[in-house]
Parts: sequence; C-alpha cells; structure tokens
Amino acid sequence: MSLKITKAGILDTVQDLGRTGYRALGVNPGGAADRDAVRILNTLLGNDENAAVIEMHFPAATIEFETDSVIAVGGAHFRPHLEGFSIPEWTSLPVKKSESLSFAGRNYGARVYLAVRGGIETEQWLGSSSTNLFVKAGGAGGRRLEKGDVLGTGIENAFGPSGLRAGRTLTERFLRRPVLRVTEGPENNLLTAFSANAFEIEEFEVRPDSNRMGIRLDGPQIHTVDDGELVSSAVAPGTIQLLPDGSPLILGADSQTTGGYPRIARVISADLSLAAQASHGDRVRFRAVSLEEAYAAMCRFEKDLSFLRLGLRFRAP
Amino acid sequence: MKAEPLDFEILPLGEDCAVISLGNVISEDVNRRAVSIAEAVNSFGFEALIEAAPAYSSVAVYYDPRKARSGVMTPFQIVRTLLKQIVPAAVTSATAEERVHTVPATFGGEHGPDLKEVADRRGLSADEVVEIFLSRNYRVFMLGFLPGFPYLGTLDQRIATSRRSTPRTLVPAGSIGIAGSQTGIYPFDSPGGWQLIGRTDVIVFDPGSEEPAMFRPGDSVRFTEAP
Repeated sequence: MSLKITKAGILDTVQDLGRTGYRALGVNPGGAADRDAVRILNTLLGNDENAAVIEMHFPAATIEFETDSVIAVGGAHFRPHLEGFSIPEWTSLPVKKSESLSFAGRNYGARVYLAVRGGIETEQWLGSSSTNLFVKAGGAGGRRLEKGDVLGTGIENAFGPSGLRAGRTLTERFLRRPVLRVTEGPENNLLTAFSANAFEIEEFEVRPDSNRMGIRLDGPQIHTVDDGELVSSAVAPGTIQLLPDGSPLILGADSQTTGGYPRIARVISADLSLAAQASHGDRVRFRAVSLEEAYAAMCRFEKDLSFLRLGLRFRAP
Repeated sequence: MKAEPLDFEILPLGEDCAVISLGNVISEDVNRRAVSIAEAVNSFGFEALIEAAPAYSSVAVYYDPRKARSGVMTPFQIVRTLLKQIVPAAVTSATAEERVHTVPATFGGEHGPDLKEVADRRGLSADEVVEIFLSRNYRVFMLGFLPGFPYLGTLDQRIATSRRSTPRTLVPAGSIGIAGSQTGIYPFDSPGGWQLIGRTDVIVFDPGSEEPAMFRPGDSVRFTEAP
C-alpha cells in the first residue's frame, strides 16, 4: 500500500497531532496546523485520530495512488480533483491504483490535508510522525516531500465503507473574515485601556510573511503601559504575543516553546483551526470570551466529532 | 540558603495550560524552585497531565482538558486545585543532584566575531572578557528558543552586554552568545541576535539520540578554552 508524489507542492509535509513530553527540552509539539481537520478526516476513515496525514500549502502536490485505497481531503479549499474530476471534501472516497489527486486552485484557506485509510507510514521521532523541518527529523526524513517520494500507507483497516461525509456543524467553519475568540493572556493587564479596546474592535490583516511558526498581523498599533523586560516564559500555539513594533503575532504549530513578549491573549481551541487557515490578505478580528465559554465551545466540537465517530460505527459492516 | 518566598500565582494560558508564576525575575533560587516544581508535577502525574516544563521563574503545566472533568469545576479549576497541593510540597523536596558539563570552546576571531565589540563596550581587552567568562560555572535556567538551546546565567556584570541592534540572519551551530546577563549556545544554524564571543564543537542537540538534549534545566555548565 503506497502513494507517490508525482509533482511537489510549495510545502508538503507529513504531520500528525504532534509530539508532547519534550517541551522542557525546548522541543515544540509541532504537528498539523489545523488539528480539527486532521481529527475529522481520520475519524471519517476509521483511523486513529492521530494517524499521519499529508499537509499541503498552495500550490499543492499531485499525488498518485499506487494501490487501491480510501482517502479523505479537507482543510483549506484548494478545489481537489481525482483524475481531472472534482471530488467532494470531508468525504471518504475510494481511489483506484494509478489514479491521481491534484488541486486546481485556491479558493480560501492556507493548508489542506490528505488522509488515507490506515494512515501514512513514516519514521517516528520522539513518538510522532510530524515533520520538524528545523531539527530535520520525523515524517519523510525530516524534510518536505519531493517529486518521486513514495510513502507507505497503512494496511490496517484498509477495507471498509466509503462515501461518508462529515456534517456541516464540523466542516462549515472557514470564513474569510473570521472572528477568533480569545481568552485573556497572563500579560493582558499590561495593555493600555485604549489598546485593549482596539484589540477587540479593530480588524487585522494577515501579512504575507505568515507561516507555520506564526501569523503576522497588520492593524492598529497595540501598546503596553510600560515596556519593562519580561523574563521568558511558556507560549503555545494560539498564544497572541505583542511584538515590540506594536503588532500582534498569533503563534502557530511550529512556534517556540518559550517567549519573552507579552502574552496578551490565546485563541480558544475551538477557533484554532480558523486561525490556522487564515492566509495572506484575510482579515481577522478578536473577541474576548471567558474560559468557561472556551470550554463549552471545545465540548461542542468534541460532541460533534463523537457523533461522527458513532455514526460511522453504525454503518461499518 | 535563603528562605524562599512561598507565594505563587496560577494563571491560565488558554484551556490546556496552567502557568505557575513565581514572579518576573532571573534568580537562581527562584529557578531552582521552578525546576523542582516541574519535577514534582511530572512525578505526581495526575490523569489529565501532559507535561510540566520549567522556565526562568515559572512552570507551564500542559493538560488535556477532556480528561479533567467534574460537574461543577472547569478543567482549569481542577488542575489549579491539584497544583495548589503539589507546589508547596515541591519546595521541601528539592534535593535534585546537579549535573556539571564541560564545554570546550574557542573564543574570538571567526568563531567569536563580537568578542572585540563586547570588550570595547565594556572597556576591557578581549582576553579579559574571556578570562572573566571562564571564571565561573553557569546554571541552565531553562531550554527554549530552539530545541536544546540552554539559557545560561548569570554572567559577571563586567561582561554583561545587550543584544546586537540588528540580529544576524545566520548564526552557526555551536556559537556561544551573550545577551544582557545571560549566555547560551546555539544548537543549530539559525537566525540570532546575541553577541557571539566563541564557538564549541560540542553537539548540543542530537535528534538521533535517546536523550537528544545535552542539557537539562538545573544543570551546570563550565566553559574551558579548547586546546
């Protein structure tokens, strides 16, 4: 069971939900930027949620299946095609040997995922298949995928139903002008009253130099009451740091584990996918919510995902 | 040993991380406490715990909120309640053995392109800067910035020098830098703004190794002049 990269995209890597347990050594969890997409796609295929997938930016790779398989595509909307025919997203689909998956254009979103029944088989590093490009470890030899790469796909669970689609409550989430809900960060109290207000009211535009490490934003200048030095402390994906030039930075999957800039907020986990899909030119806004609201939103997603999982179980042969 | 302050704050950093803050300071006593708290939390190991990682004067406790559920309390409240019991106990059990690493290095020239600037700014000769730098052991306060990058301190104030105004786009792996009263070793080729005074051949982070990072928070580092 395998697939082959017949044309490389601009940045295609193998990812799963990341590695934990090594933050004390400065090793970030990494993993898929849009975790919800990966969890939905893997659930659709009956995979473990953490099964390895291919994360692609635009232009994305062209991929040929070397064996019959079942796949699902979702995340950003890059107009996926199989053998030249448009295919639905968020749906498990059978593919035949030598059929080719390609992406025709970017409608919206920053990264798309291909999940394969049984998962992508690659080397693990520190317990995860995620590619860490900096350390050059994990995934396909710690590097981005190139033309000619052949990746094994799992044989476990290779046969089963296809044609299942994830419900809209799970997948209808990509907006061009997302409002990201945030909880207060530890240094939120350092913001001037004016800036705290501006942060919530104004719109910010995603800059072109955004990447898997973080999303840079243009917008009104945000200021703190004093700019005394902060001693470095923990940061995690979704943390919004205030850079010295007055612009906020939303940390991404490849962010550092620690930082010394004020942590003014953190995007709630239910909206992290929205943040991960924000791309150059998109406009985002922030809305402060309580930790209770953040947990409630998280529970709603978990519930929707477990309904999907249960639904599949009933339909499985 | 000085009596350590017992006050701490536990703040949420989103829904899956609780930060135990011991203040905004760089102090060996406070950091010793942060390291022992992180160890205590990791060895206590409640069900929802993912990992605890120490920083200079704080500990980040990552947890899976889906595994910390109760009828009335939020996952953060549950974790905070547990941490309030673990943190005070950690202070008394802090008897961790310190590991001492020797790091041979060469200073100045192409290996330490900023040594002269540091010397000029501090009104010393390059040799004096190196001599002062080598005269003490440094504590690994934390690892961060890059995998395995040790934040070391505290420098003799006579050689403490602020960062370069323009960061370099490429700092070679093994470079030893100074920033304020901190020093550190770059594990990889990377961008960086610290004043580079020397370089070592020691492999600071080896992804192929069982224990990839050479240093752990709480370790000691002694630099020597490479033969």
